[in-house]
Amino acid sequence: MAQPEQQPERYTGETLPAWSLPAAASAEIGIGVEWPERVTRDWALGGSTGAGVRVCILDSGVQPDHPLVGALEGAVALRKTEDGEIVVEDDTEGDLCGHGTACAGIVRSIAPDCRLFSVRVLGAGFKGSGSVLLEGLRWAIGQGFDVVNMSLSTTKKHFSGLLHELADSAYFRRTVLVASAHNMPVESYPWRFSSVISVGSHEEADPLTFFYNPSPPVEFFGRGVNVEVAWIGGARIRSSGNSFATPHMSAICTLILAKHPELTPFQLKSVLYLTASNVGGANE
Amino acid sequence: MNDQNLQAAVSAGVMSAESEHRALLQSIVEVARAIFSARAASIFLHDEEADELVFEAVAGEGSDSLLGTRFPSSTGVAGWVLVTRQPLIIDDLEQDPRHARETAESTGYVPKAMMTVPLLHDERALGVLNVLDRSKEIEFSLGQMELLGLFANQAAIALDLLQRARHARAVLTQSGGDAGVIARIASALEGLDEEQREPVLRLLGALDDVLRADVSF
Repeated sequence: MAQPEQQPERYTGETLPAWSLPAAASAEIGIGVEWPERVTRDWALGGSTGAGVRVCILDSGVQPDHPLVGALEGAVALRKTEDGEIVVEDDTEGDLCGHGTACAGIVRSIAPDCRLFSVRVLGAGFKGSGSVLLEGLRWAIGQGFDVVNMSLSTTKKHFSGLLHELADSAYFRRTVLVASAHNMPVESYPWRFSSVISVGSHEEADPLTFFYNPSPPVEFFGRGVNVEVAWIGGARIRSSGNSFATPHMSAICTLILAKHPELTPFQLKSVLYLTASNVGGANE
Repeated sequence: MNDQNLQAAVSAGVMSAESEHRALLQSIVEVARAIFSARAASIFLHDEEADELVFEAVAGEGSDSLLGTRFPSSTGVAGWVLVTRQPLIIDDLEQDPRHARETAESTGYVPKAMMTVPLLHDERALGVLNVLDRSKEIEFSLGQMELLGLFANQAAIALDLLQRARHARAVLTQSGGDAGVIARIASALEGLDEEQREPVLRLLGALDDVLRADVSF
């Protein structure tokens, strides 16, 4: 399966003023979003199917052509060579665990017309997995994906600085990182960074119900309990965990971005807040 | 032998035996199994050298035969939980034919439902706690996930102790017996009451003075 084509047009940072705003330039930075008097769910995502939005599943790979996943537009795997070099190759193995397939299936079920890509950073052995994850994320940001789903984390402190830099770079390049929070009392990354959208689980059954958490670091709660998900071998299983709440939020971001492609991650997060089920957007 | 290794070796003399650490792990899986009314519960240790998961404690189904059994850590649900540090609850596992075949081949028992959490201590993922086939009457909830997380914390501490004890004993064995004498003295000292200990400490203090004097000479 071919690697996705790079889309440099997503790198908008260079065209925006970096450090200051001369008077003559102020007219050139119109934000391009017609904000309504009141931001509602219907304005945010009503009628959206996620069409055209490029979503990357950074995980254990995705089984191609699973009935719940459909066609992938690209799939790569990162591997550490014997020399310690990390290489990016076309992925011919698919999913080694089932988890990436499950995440991809959830995104597809909510945003059926999105463009799905798989970046496999897990499953090729435990050793060095932190550095493979880091390089996978770096590669995904370089590709300019609109949304990167990260249902994983690392506890290694020495990766946190680099992960933080990557998360910030994604934020400024309009790549939205959606990351699973930890529901155990441990320090892990990247979900703790404010430049990502961090996700925990709620127990309700509606896939579009999500809550804003006024007590971060976990910022949003998505559906994460008793979810029917795609699994390897064409199977479907029921599963629970923040791992599955995360692709629900990724899919909601995808719906919004398909309708409002101009939104920056900052603006998107604001829309999520305004349309969260506990803030006022639930029934509109 | 450096200070750290000597410390580990001496600690081994006073630390409880491996069998006691194993008993602690065993009690954790038994309580976990009882609370979730599960058919089995188990703890896997991640052997970083071999990159394998090893059954360290098993309660219920498979408890007679699985201890010490190994399998590769890079595939399967337990491997995924280990590497991502994320808990995972899966039901209807029998629908996954590959999982069923692989599990049956390695354990002789195919679970239908699995609750799996990583055992995290500081920055390390030491292993995985697995609860298999909880009672069907128990509908999964986030409260159960939290409960499982509490067990996982306890199990991670126990697993860390077990690994430290093993490391210390390995140091003792490798030191060719030199540190063994010190460890035995430390162990014997630990067993004495206060009255018996006092003259021994005086003697050891005097020995320490002699050695220091010798070094500075």
